Amino acid sequence: MTALEITGDIAVLGYGLAAIGPGVGVGLIFAAVINGTARQPEAQSKLQAIAWIGFGVTEVLAIIGIALAFVFRG
Amino acid sequence: MIAGVPTSDSFTPPGPKDFELPGLFGTEWLNKPILVSSLTVIVIIWFFWAASRKAEIVPSKLQFAGELGYNFVRNSIARDAIGSAEHMKYVPYLVALFFFILLNNVAATVPLIQFPTFSHIGWAYSAAILSWVIYNAVGIRKHGFLGYLRHQTMPAGVPGWLMPLMIPIEFISNILVRPISLSLRLFANMFAGHILLLVFVLGGEYLLLHSGSIALAGVGVVTLLMGLAIAGLELFVQMIQAYIFTVLSAQYIGSAIAEDH
Repeated sequence: MTALEITGDIAVLGYGLAAIGPGVGVGLIFAAVINGTARQPEAQSKLQAIAWIGFGVTEVLAIIGIALAFVFRG
Repeated sequence: MIAGVPTSDSFTPPGPKDFELPGLFGTEWLNKPILVSSLTVIVIIWFFWAASRKAEIVPSKLQFAGELGYNFVRNSIARDAIGSAEHMKYVPYLVALFFFILLNNVAATVPLIQFPTFSHIGWAYSAAILSWVIYNAVGIRKHGFLGYLRHQTMPAGVPGWLMPLMIPIEFISNILVRPISLSLRLFANMFAGHILLLVFVLGGEYLLLHSGSIALAGVGVVTLLMGLAIAGLELFVQMIQAYIFTVLSAQYIGSAIAEDH
């Protein structure tokens, strides 16, 4: 029996690791929005507008990860 | 790929090479993004021209749709981010930016087009550079060159001994990184979304037709259905990215012309 052989690019693993932090961050943002909406339903639209900005700023970390995965592959 | 899976012919995973499109109609420069973006510009101009041509107190359906789109950008993007005193000056740019990015992104879901213009990074760079020039220019016009640098790099309420640390950080984050993150966010979302769809559709097709085993063909059917769900998710992401790009541009303009506290 031969050992399981996996070929591919180590940069993919790097991107997976890089996506953990932004994943947690985006989750925290929307958890806060759900909390805020449950406490004060009339503030929903205001909270969502802020949340999308925060989402964009947090998500860029994962985006930089995918860009660097293409830069450092090979 | 995992060795040991029976393959009749090998599967080549999609990659950046799938984004290199040939020129159309025998030219080298007229490729799909240029064609699609020109088309979206014509559609946007026609839409707003037709919606505002015969403006009435009781709006027609087209006028109503046009006002809905315009009001969305004006009220919930420009006015909230820039402030009610000065936002009207920037509404034309923000409306044009929002609808240009929105239509080019959503074109990636339209059958027969199915290619996001902004997955070529040059398009994202130029859109971000335009926003960068605008927010820096209006900030410099309002505060003067040194006043603007001071405004962007020296936040109020920070003690003086922290300034050597704060000024480089704020300069890098407010002046240098903003256009890069703005363009990379839009580019990478479109690029990654398109690759994700290619992986699901090409992989599903390969498993269904070329794997040569009934069980893997069943997996291929599930993969293709999954690809359909991913297409729905991508439609959402495409709209959200157009919104985020416009909101952040408006935020940067708003913070550049804000009064010092």
